[in-house]
Amino acid sequence: MSKEKKEKKDKKKLQLAFYWAASCGGCEIAVLDIDEKVLDVVAVADILFWPVAMDFKYKDVEAMKDNQIDVCFFNGGIRNSEQEHIAKLLRKKSKVMVAFGACAVLGGIPGLANVTNKEEIFDVVYKNNPSIDNPKKVVPKTNVKVKEGTLTLPEFYESVSKLDQVIDVDYYLPGCPPTPDLIMTAVGAIVEGKLPPKGSVIGPLKSVCDECRFEKSEKRIKEIKRIYEVDKIEDKCLLEQGIICMGPATRGSCEARCLDANMPCTGCGGPTPNALDQGAKMISALASVIGIDGEENMSDAEVEKLIDQIVDPVGTFYKYGLPAALINRRLDK
Amino acid sequence: MAKEFEPNIIGFLCNWCSYAGADLAGTSRMKYPPNIKSIRVMCSGRVDPVFVLEALRKGADGVLIGGCHPGDCHYQSGNYKANRRMKLLKKLLEELAIDPGRLRFEYISASEGAKFASVATEFVDQLKKIGPNPLKEVKK
Repeated sequence: MSKEKKEKKDKKKLQLAFYWAASCGGCEIAVLDIDEKVLDVVAVADILFWPVAMDFKYKDVEAMKDNQIDVCFFNGGIRNSEQEHIAKLLRKKSKVMVAFGACAVLGGIPGLANVTNKEEIFDVVYKNNPSIDNPKKVVPKTNVKVKEGTLTLPEFYESVSKLDQVIDVDYYLPGCPPTPDLIMTAVGAIVEGKLPPKGSVIGPLKSVCDECRFEKSEKRIKEIKRIYEVDKIEDKCLLEQGIICMGPATRGSCEARCLDANMPCTGCGGPTPNALDQGAKMISALASVIGIDGEENMSDAEVEKLIDQIVDPVGTFYKYGLPAALINRRLDK
Repeated sequence: MAKEFEPNIIGFLCNWCSYAGADLAGTSRMKYPPNIKSIRVMCSGRVDPVFVLEALRKGADGVLIGGCHPGDCHYQSGNYKANRRMKLLKKLLEELAIDPGRLRFEYISASEGAKFASVATEFVDQLKKIGPNPLKEVKK
């Protein structure tokens, strides 16, 4: 055994925990995507809690001492009271809390539900939907008395929150999901005790464009196209081809994988460093290059028509980050 | 007596045209409502949509952006960009159920003191109809 390995073995193993809240589960798979490197992780770490892969109960977490967990990787946003409760519990039991993946960092795709509210969601999911048979219009309740006693369910909230709107978060790992390399960078930093200052996003400081393989030149867009409307993707910047690509407003760390597959960036990395609002930045970037040719002779109606090609600004520019936006929900709902 | 709602407006005015226009309105002693807090920017193209969202989030009832007339931009094309940005931003506001009428983009030249005064008057009236910014209540 090498000296280095022996030293590692002598040290107390890292105590890790993983949890999922309002998320799809993809982040959990991303952890497993580090493949055989998971053995390196297990060599230096004990896993104390990981609902997706191991059989632990909430009471096991409750029984832990405060700060017993060294690092907790928390993926998913906060959608209901159970998730908020466990987030707060894990915060108490963990020395370092890492918001893992777009949902925990920004609210994620579930965060788009902030354009609606609990009542409307229940209406679609439980009451008025062609495929639903629910004549009594039963919806989940937090408390139901049956003859055996009281049954309880978590409370469904009106809005989705990102993790740091509920608890204090130490580090952020962006991406949907974070890439295996990024996860290994984070784990490596933790193991070696070389963590950046609290509150840092673990990831590069540059945008997705910096990692993108396509050739970029001056951007002059005449027309916005959806990806299916393009017959053949040319080997150049997708924005220049009229496809909305969130790359300029999105933090890299993904090695521009979507672009490698000829798909535009949809913004899962969140805003670039020091940008307050990802969507507003993309509006700024996109509006400045669309219709730039002949702009001096364009009538207001023509400009209007040009802008009207962008059909769903919230869904396009805040696909992963509505709860993190400056205005983070629809106001009349 | 109930106090009438007085909208709070943030004005981003370009250095070369609209700010000078507002100045002219002042030095010519034109009357217009005092609801606009003017911020001088070098160009309307300098107005980041973030500024507008931040102003609204912090409780401004309306945001006015003043730029040079088409063809007059000191930096050639900043006003065109600003126009497109604000149009797109209005669409975003609409989707978030914020009245797009809270955001106004106007071309006001340095000689148009009267236009500045009339835009200010009109905008205040319009915002009085729209009512207070709903984000004020969401706060806290």
